[in-house]
Amino acid sequence: MVTAPPMTPTYLLGLTALAVLLYDSVRTDEGGAGVLTGISVIGALASLGTAGWFLTADTGLVGGMSVFGGAVVVDGMSLFFTALFAAVTVLVILGAHDYGPVDGRRGELYGLVLLAATGMSVMASANSLATAFVALELASLPSYALVAFLKGDRGSTEAGLKYFLIGALSSAVFVFGISLVYAATGSLLLPEIAAAFESGLGDRTGIAGVGVLMIAGGVAYKTASVPFHFWAPEAYEGAPAPVSAFLSSASKAAGFALAFRVFIVGFPLGAATNAGIDWALLFQVLAVATMVVGNFAAATQDTVKRMLAYSSIGHAGYVLIGLAALSAEASTNGDVVGAAMAHLFVYGFMNTGAFLFVALAENWGVGRRFEDYNGLGAEKPFAAVAMTAFLFSLAGVPPLGGFFSKLFLFAGAVDAGLWWLAVIAVINSSLSLYYYSRVVRALWFEEGDHDLDGAPTALYAALAIALIGTVALLPGFGPVIETAQAAATALFA
Amino acid sequence: MLIETLIGFAFVAALVTFLVPDEVAGRVGAALSVVPLVGTLWLWAQFDGSGNALRGGTLAFETKYDLLSVSGYQVQWFTGLDGISLPLVVLTAFLTTLAIVSAWTPIDERQSQFYGLMLFMEANLLGMFTALDFFVWFVFWEATLLPMYFLIGVWGGPRRKYAAIKFFVYTNVASLLMFVGFIALTFGGLGDSIDTLSMPAVAMALQAGGNVSSFMGLAPGTLKLVAFLAMFVGFAVKVPVVPLHTWLPDAHVEAPTPASVMLAGVLLKMGTYAMLRFNFTMLPDVASDLAILIATLGAFSVIYGAVLALAQEDLKRIVAYSSVSSMGYVLLGLIAFTEFGIAGATFQMIAHGLISGLMFMAVGVIYNTTHTRMVGDMSGLADRMPVTVGILIAGAFGYMGLPLMAGFAGEYFIFVGSFHSTVIPMAPLFTAAAMFGIVVVAGYLLLAMQRTLFGAFSLDADYEVGRAPFHDVAPLAVLLLAVIALGVKPDLFFDMILNAIAPLVGGGA
Repeated sequence: MVTAPPMTPTYLLGLTALAVLLYDSVRTDEGGAGVLTGISVIGALASLGTAGWFLTADTGLVGGMSVFGGAVVVDGMSLFFTALFAAVTVLVILGAHDYGPVDGRRGELYGLVLLAATGMSVMASANSLATAFVALELASLPSYALVAFLKGDRGSTEAGLKYFLIGALSSAVFVFGISLVYAATGSLLLPEIAAAFESGLGDRTGIAGVGVLMIAGGVAYKTASVPFHFWAPEAYEGAPAPVSAFLSSASKAAGFALAFRVFIVGFPLGAATNAGIDWALLFQVLAVATMVVGNFAAATQDTVKRMLAYSSIGHAGYVLIGLAALSAEASTNGDVVGAAMAHLFVYGFMNTGAFLFVALAENWGVGRRFEDYNGLGAEKPFAAVAMTAFLFSLAGVPPLGGFFSKLFLFAGAVDAGLWWLAVIAVINSSLSLYYYSRVVRALWFEEGDHDLDGAPTALYAALAIALIGTVALLPGFGPVIETAQAAATALFA
Repeated sequence: MLIETLIGFAFVAALVTFLVPDEVAGRVGAALSVVPLVGTLWLWAQFDGSGNALRGGTLAFETKYDLLSVSGYQVQWFTGLDGISLPLVVLTAFLTTLAIVSAWTPIDERQSQFYGLMLFMEANLLGMFTALDFFVWFVFWEATLLPMYFLIGVWGGPRRKYAAIKFFVYTNVASLLMFVGFIALTFGGLGDSIDTLSMPAVAMALQAGGNVSSFMGLAPGTLKLVAFLAMFVGFAVKVPVVPLHTWLPDAHVEAPTPASVMLAGVLLKMGTYAMLRFNFTMLPDVASDLAILIATLGAFSVIYGAVLALAQEDLKRIVAYSSVSSMGYVLLGLIAFTEFGIAGATFQMIAHGLISGLMFMAVGVIYNTTHTRMVGDMSGLADRMPVTVGILIAGAFGYMGLPLMAGFAGEYFIFVGSFHSTVIPMAPLFTAAAMFGIVVVAGYLLLAMQRTLFGAFSLDADYEVGRAPFHDVAPLAVLLLAVIALGVKPDLFFDMILNAIAPLVGGGA
């Protein structure tokens, strides 16, 4: 009997990256973009399929299986997130296939995207702080290159530099935090750190507290949360649109995957709070600050891409509820984290879709401002309908996927007794309808004059898939939320 | 499964219509919309429900299965019909088909999108009137907003963007308020005493009494009051009840005629339907305590809407304000808590749906020909468009409450019911005040008709003003027949309505 290694989905992503780079280095013709896209999409789909199969078939993996001496764990949560990363990767690669500005350099682009996705998948599996750091770097380094991918473009280069500088600083903070936690607990393995917390840290509590705070800083950077969010608007705006889609969806989800495991498994809330390290309170503050900053800034933007970038910060604020609404021994913990995971899942489709529409608009040569989108609905109805669905879903309008995930998330906050946090989130969410509807208004209500050529097949296919992911969650939300909540509940066991 | 099939068919029809070429979209949309119409008539013919859906009555065409669970509450796909929802479902399908046919003339661009949205709206309206699980109901409730937002914003008049956004913001904020009120009442107040948010379960749990706990520092009584007010205000925006009505004239004036027909004919009824289901069925004791306030709002809406209509020059604005007035009667009938009051209010929803639909459609047909809706711009139209004008006059008399037309039956039942109400203090006084509204209605309608329709023809126009095409007039004639049929034989719906509201009555004869 042949048994597949538990990390097969992650391996598949990594191997696909190598295959793409290999083919790109040996191919002689100039027109091999189709083959590159084919390899990447098939590889990512294989990873997605394996992750989905491991999740649903009775493989015993949902309960968790440690590999590499406990440094890596494969469980329901890591598989859920790997499936999400693979799905976003498929969308992004399909979107990039038709994206003009990266012509001739698709091999590098796909390779970097797939390598970053591999790193993200390992982040979701990391059960040791050392693995966490290595995985974080594996996800980040390709991302820097991806943001600066348009070498001749000032905006892209500047964004890449900015992203790299803040990323390097945040990584340093993160690794410093890891060293402090190691000093206080004597281990890098999350279960052993947890055991050290449970048995009391004595006079090393202060060191551990600073370490936890610094690790939270590293997480805030990766998830584009306040106070390490400054890179996000620049990076998302300067990067090629498919890359923005990838970073704002998958990269953010990876940051949260890491945060969920490190904080829930590594720093159990009961013991941490007793020692005076109440990280749930920290995340409550961060959640409020992040959603308020993101939404209010998004409301004042002139360009669609920048608006989406700030709205992406706002969504990080909603997801932070998943960490903020936890409390020791509460029976609602699994449900809240599961709801946050489900929101990231839905977000992976609707936000990627929205950025891909921006990619489409850039391809058409339409400008970046809200007014430049005037009248696109009359000329390109399908793409505009898809964009409208993404935007309303982001705003949380029923019956789209975003409504359900926000409903579960906010209901989770209320269940945990944090009704004030839910109220702030609902107010922010209502405000977001204002700036999302500006795009809708431009698309449909205003008259525009465009000369648009063509409907790029792969990009349209990506939009269609994202649309199905956003709309089909109406009947299909039950399985998603149940899988997520089961996976999250297992973390607390 | 019949209900689900119809809703599903309407969604598919919307998609198909969205994809066909513009030239044939109007015909395709109309043809496809006949299927839900026939289906709902079939539901009517086979209707075997009895009692009130929320008070343990027997549902017709019930479907129920579990979807997912939210914080310990099971969300179910739960649909069914009782004597209150069936007439509204029939009204929805009926008006959608007629509105689609009436759109053939005025809608001359992006037709496939227009008719697709109309059918999409129908699907959601059918879902909204049949759903009995709160979450499913809420999803449909919210989803009806989107097509109307686009219908106004894309095909509307000169100030369409302002009107669309105003409509959207008003009704969306109202929905949010209602949602918070209901959730506070159920999650907070009822807590674990229910395990689903199906509307019957919530209504029965509240009726059983004594199981509402305090929440967020609010005593049970206060919690119920706050929840009632939040839901009442949320629904009152939709109705609309003065002073929350200001979005309505803008939306109506800017909306294209077919959208106005659906807005006045069906979407306003969502508000009173939801009030009846939530406020007056789930929390009747709170409603009774607030009777004087609600009756005042109802009577005031009647008079205020009518007086404002008197002051308008735009025919569409006149009909829009008179809708505010007519919906005031419904509110008065509901709060009476008498057999004839509530049943009359429910009947008036149907009657007003038909008559206001007729009026908006007739004004639209006139506008198609004259390109103006201003009373002062034209006179003597009866000479040029005799059929249309004849139907418009008949409809206007229906509005004024001419016996043997549906409006008379609805208003008469409401007045009888509210006159005998023991819940409203000084009920005869409120009834008399509201009845005075009819005088004003007669005043502005007769005045407007006299100025526009009669006398010598005059219109400053360089185009031919002649008879309207057959497909413009046919829907008007069908609507008029329906109005007369319901006026001659109210029992078509009134019996089942009486049967369904019987468990709610507790305030007098």
